[in-house]
Amino acid sequence: MLELINVSRKVGGEDHIIDVSLALDRGSLNVLLGPTLAGKTSLMRLMAGLDAPTAGKVVMDGKDVTGVPVRKRNVAMVYQQFINYPTLTVYENIASPMRIAGRPKDEIDREVRKAADLLQMTPYLDRTPLNLSGGQQQRTALARALVKNAELVLLDEPLANLDYKLREELREELPKIFAATGAIFVYATTEPHEALLLGGSTATLSKGRVTQFGETTAVYRRPDDLITATTFSDPPLNVLTVTKRGGRFSGPGNVDFAVSSRHADLADGPYRIGVRAHRLAFGGPHAAGFDVSVALTEVTGSETFIHAELAGRPLVALIHGIKRVETGDTVHLSFDPADILVFGEDGRAVSASAAIAA
Amino acid sequence: MSDHVSMAAGGLPGESRSETAFRARERVKSGHFRAKALIPILYILFLLVPIYWLVNMSFKTNGEIVSTMTLFPHNPTLKNYATIFTDPSWYMGYVNSMIYVVMNMVISVAAALPAAYAFSRYRFLGDKHLFFWLLTNRMAPPAVFALPFFQLYSAFGLIDTHIAVALAHCLFNVPLAVWILEGFMSGVPKEIDETAYIDGYSFPKFFFKIFMPLIASGIGVAAFFCFMFSWVELLLARTLTVTDAKPIAAIMTRTVSAAGIDWGLLAAAGVLTIIPGAIVIWFVRNYIAKGFALGRV
Repeated sequence: MLELINVSRKVGGEDHIIDVSLALDRGSLNVLLGPTLAGKTSLMRLMAGLDAPTAGKVVMDGKDVTGVPVRKRNVAMVYQQFINYPTLTVYENIASPMRIAGRPKDEIDREVRKAADLLQMTPYLDRTPLNLSGGQQQRTALARALVKNAELVLLDEPLANLDYKLREELREELPKIFAATGAIFVYATTEPHEALLLGGSTATLSKGRVTQFGETTAVYRRPDDLITATTFSDPPLNVLTVTKRGGRFSGPGNVDFAVSSRHADLADGPYRIGVRAHRLAFGGPHAAGFDVSVALTEVTGSETFIHAELAGRPLVALIHGIKRVETGDTVHLSFDPADILVFGEDGRAVSASAAIAA
Repeated sequence: MSDHVSMAAGGLPGESRSETAFRARERVKSGHFRAKALIPILYILFLLVPIYWLVNMSFKTNGEIVSTMTLFPHNPTLKNYATIFTDPSWYMGYVNSMIYVVMNMVISVAAALPAAYAFSRYRFLGDKHLFFWLLTNRMAPPAVFALPFFQLYSAFGLIDTHIAVALAHCLFNVPLAVWILEGFMSGVPKEIDETAYIDGYSFPKFFFKIFMPLIASGIGVAAFFCFMFSWVELLLARTLTVTDAKPIAAIMTRTVSAAGIDWGLLAAAGVLTIIPGAIVIWFVRNYIAKGFALGRV
């Protein structure tokens, strides 16, 4: 088990990681989710031991490893950029950690071929990495991480630089491949979608803090606060500022709807509600809704994104099917009042009421 | 071609207008081609004439050089070369130059490698200023340092040794090598270093096994620039040597004797001085441009 206990890291007066505590179980799949500069890479570097925390402790299986240099730890890391040793062949690249560990030759050969086979790199073993496609280069890096049989496997946006199809393929394979090793598996991504597909547990990061850590679907459905909900929403979460009075939520932009039974026991007062883009429907099948003026529509195959503005804030709706809407048209968007996330003015989720069937 | 031109120029009746125009264009085009080729040809000629003249002279006798102007040796002789290869006071000049140049190359690159790595990988107090200051060392002419070096090496009894010249040249070559190597090293992503540490490499093992092969061309270019400076530098080399470590360039200035200048011998020595440089350039020819840009291309 890897534990981070109140870990912080400052670089030149700038906070990169602020007071992070996490416990990752052996054999678990953990996703670090957050936008660029949220601290995903910084956190991974602390876990790996590439950087030392300025405060706090890193504990591996009950042993304090804070400040133990990376080469004394048993970790593997794969970067977003395809990092391999350009002067060595793919075979030697994969074999490199085992060679350093001084493993016997026939064992190295067996392991390399096994890993290459698993990642479909067998035909390219004699090439050098620069003569490979991006996907193959990343497979080489993954194979190297695999043969090391590390206790902690860190993947820092490993698929971000790959094309769509390869990404889909590898995303499916990766957890399976590494699950067999029983390692702690940490995967950083900027895409909420990817976190949901991977499953496991998710830690959402924002500005160097872990805002929530738990089972991926639980974090998605029941975000503790507005920041987590925003981080874990793509397209961006639509946030409305409303006031509850006498069984109705009302707010700027002609937002006015009856509070659903789930939120009926909330005290009157100001709230911020989040409506995920796919919860908005075109037209008026639901009770709650508003009229907006369309700023832009994007059609992606079978779905339509409608961008608009509501009370001065940008709003986006993801509608199934292709809708012919022109810029400037006024459309009615509606949603089920039970499907909203409700936060207090401070951004904290309001008791159990924020829980929805997302 | 010539009668085509005359036909076009004559504008014979019956010949269509477009054909005339076509031929006129053709003529202009070939004229263009000649003018375009002419400039580089002239340029190369101008560059090569002095070298040709040197080679030419080296195969002539002194009598022919002084008395007549000939475009090629009428009585070619290898006597000048024979003198150089048989007289130790001549060929030892080459040996001396080679020894201190190689020493300097090895010392400069060996010292510059860790320095360049530090500049490329770490941030420390005043790193940028220090890095720039390194280059300012090259802004002073070597003559400035002749006196202090002479005084210093006299005190340590290093005068007239190869290492004295090699060390003196380091003052100029180490900064240059640091700059060149830093450029090449910064082209290698830092993540490669980290991946190596994660794989379990120790620093020395990583540096020699992974990193140096990656910047091999940079090391070659840095060594080449060190060679160039050290091989052609005359003032410090002459000041710091007397007889045992005298470089070839200094020996060449000795050929002015009571009997006048031995032109042919001097020319042969000159040719032999160019050759090592040409050979070294051949090896790094693909990377030289990058070297001139200090590895920052």
